[in-house]
Amino acid sequence: MTVADGQTLSLPMPTNLDALESEAVHIMREVAGEFERPVLLFSGGKDSMLMLHLARKAFWPAAVPFGLLHVDTGHNFQEVLDFRDRIADAYGLRLAVASVQALIDAGTLRERPDGTRNPLQTVALLDAIAEHRFDAVFGGGRRDEERARAKERVFSLRDEFGQWDPRRQRPELWQLYNGRHRPGEHIRVFPLSNWTELDVWRYVEQEEIELPSIYYAHRRQVFRRNGMWLTAGDWGGPRNDESVENRVVRYRTVGDMSCTGAVESTAVTVAEVIAELEVSRITERGATRADDQLSEAAMEDRKREGYF
Amino acid sequence: MELLRLATAGSVDDGKSTLVGRLLYDSKSVLVDQLAAVERASRDRGLEQADLALLTDGLRAEREQGITIDVAYRYFATPRRRFVLADTPGHVQYTRNMVSGASNAELIVVLVDARSGVLEQTRRHLAVAALLRVPQVVLVVNKMDLVDYSQAAFDEVDRAARACAAGLGVEEITAAIPISALRGDNVVDRSRSMPWYQGPSLLELLETVPVAPRPTLEPARFPVQYVLRPQTDTHRDYRGYAGQMASGILRAGDPVRILPSGHVSSVAGVDRLDETGVDVAVAGQSVTLRLTDHFDVARGDLIVAAEERAPHVGQDLLATVCWLSDRPLRNRARILVKHMTRVVPAVVGEVVDRLDLATLVPGGHPESLEANEIGRVRLRTATPLAFDTYAENRHTGCFLLIDAQDGTTIGAGMLSAPSDHAAV
Ligand SMILES: Nc1nc2c(ncn2[C@@H]2O[C@H](COP(=O)(O)OP(=O)(O)O)[C@@H](O)[C@H]2O)c(=O)[nH]1
Repeated sequence: MTVADGQTLSLPMPTNLDALESEAVHIMREVAGEFERPVLLFSGGKDSMLMLHLARKAFWPAAVPFGLLHVDTGHNFQEVLDFRDRIADAYGLRLAVASVQALIDAGTLRERPDGTRNPLQTVALLDAIAEHRFDAVFGGGRRDEERARAKERVFSLRDEFGQWDPRRQRPELWQLYNGRHRPGEHIRVFPLSNWTELDVWRYVEQEEIELPSIYYAHRRQVFRRNGMWLTAGDWGGPRNDESVENRVVRYRTVGDMSCTGAVESTAVTVAEVIAELEVSRITERGATRADDQLSEAAMEDRKREGYF
Repeated sequence: MELLRLATAGSVDDGKSTLVGRLLYDSKSVLVDQLAAVERASRDRGLEQADLALLTDGLRAEREQGITIDVAYRYFATPRRRFVLADTPGHVQYTRNMVSGASNAELIVVLVDARSGVLEQTRRHLAVAALLRVPQVVLVVNKMDLVDYSQAAFDEVDRAARACAAGLGVEEITAAIPISALRGDNVVDRSRSMPWYQGPSLLELLETVPVAPRPTLEPARFPVQYVLRPQTDTHRDYRGYAGQMASGILRAGDPVRILPSGHVSSVAGVDRLDETGVDVAVAGQSVTLRLTDHFDVARGDLIVAAEERAPHVGQDLLATVCWLSDRPLRNRARILVKHMTRVVPAVVGEVVDRLDLATLVPGGHPESLEANEIGRVRLRTATPLAFDTYAENRHTGCFLLIDAQDGTTIGAGMLSAPSDHAAV
């Protein structure tokens, strides 16, 4: 055994990031091998940039064998939309955009009284999935984000109405993923399931992945609502009783402007963001997402209806 | 930093959720907004203290019924180690979710209530741990506060659980720890109430148990996931086989055999997801292999080192099956088998025997397996599979049983040696 032992010892120990990368790549290749029409949900935010980076590695030197889909609420950050288009262009990827604004204009969707469009995305997403007949949809969800997400499988079945039934999830064992589904059903796939927010940033640092500028500290006109700093804009803020201030902030997540809050921060580099996260005592969604604070089961309810 | 994947198991109400909540809370892995949410929810339920079980019971139905239905994955770290914890349900109806959580674990914590001792569900979980070959099994005797922290009570449960585990084929119990999840005794900090116990607290144990080495010493196994043929100007003749090394090591120059065709070739090079050629692929890594010959290699094929122990190749299989569907498995059922990257139709020849959890003995020729039962099954696949036994290789000896009509995963199978056929 000595020869084999000696050889093994001389191999470098894989890092945690290597293991997560190999797992995510394995998942993406399983999807490419078993599905006809996969698509990758791509907002331009950090989790979707990470997925795209992993997809490019998974199929190198061949092209990524699927396109991108973005659900645009009409209240997205312009910087991020520009970034999204530039990246899709640079890598020569097909980008389909499902527009909530278009559905509102057509009368299919109605604006909510509180002005938030996050829940409305589900309809646009499901329409796009049906229209393009996507059978596998990559999402950037991570189990450490939220406790309903902590329950989700890597391959997660959606019925013909796009619904998730958390009580009847398929068993998922070993590294064997079951992609079988009936016509009209589709599978949501979460290659980043086992990554934490810190893993994401450490990998961004290691791989030098470019992210939209709003992830780093910058000066911005913001106002306070429900304990969060929101960006002023024509989506409906601020109200008369809310006052706009000029603050140095950055975003930990990027989504609809009406419900994504910024945190006060001076971190302008990846290393500074990591240093800040290492001592943070508050979760990513808790700090920045108003939509999860609606109720104890806000995320679960949205997921059941077909949300990301 | 080292990573330990662990799962918790135990019968309903033995205190799993409380224990996991306590582990997260006392190791300072609960962030302020999560804690605030739990405190709010506990107050709404009229509780005086924060109910730590609410930290992990993430589904509405779970909180309403006060039970865990599905596995929740938790990520936490101490200065010494990182942990991925699969908190699994105890209720018999949700055994399929417990099996999901345990299949990738290197260590399983089996909880037992000090007052009620080993229950049928404890036996089932120990049987699953033995069957899945979870390398380390830790016994935790909970609610010691309700038995006056008595050593005699602990010893009795410990003895019964060890006997049961041995009967089910658990090779060794790594440790047995008396705790109170509610009060925190021996969870993170050692208890002052049980001076008779000299061992580590649960967290100390989790931080120090040896982590299983990667299976680099096993024969090399590379299931082909996807064939990469870019046909671009820069890579006109490139043909690479994408996959994750299931076990062993392959280096450039190694002779390999492609199964099931049996063709022999050798490794021309290994690409590590970008232009860096690395010349070696190690268990656990996702890589792309290039071979020196252009055979017809496709998804579902298995590439192995030609000079190491060969896998078994055959259509007649004998497997231990954990049945996960509400509809029983019957003789002559037609199903699909997913083994590594291959999906093939199969027919059930016969259910050979079934484990009786009360007596721990397999009973002969039951004709069917009901939900959550474990038994040995003969199968014939439509095309040959190349496999190792589960005892030889935890990665290449397992498969899923899938309902051919609705696509649901209905069972988990672990392969035995073909020579066992004669013995049964
Ligand atoms: N006295 C006492 N009660 C406990 C202990 N651990 C859990 N419990 C209680 O036992 C009940 C079931 O606990 P829970 O964590 O929900 O069990 P699970 O079903 O295994 O997740 C709850 O009322 C807990 O408060 C303990 O160490 N001592």
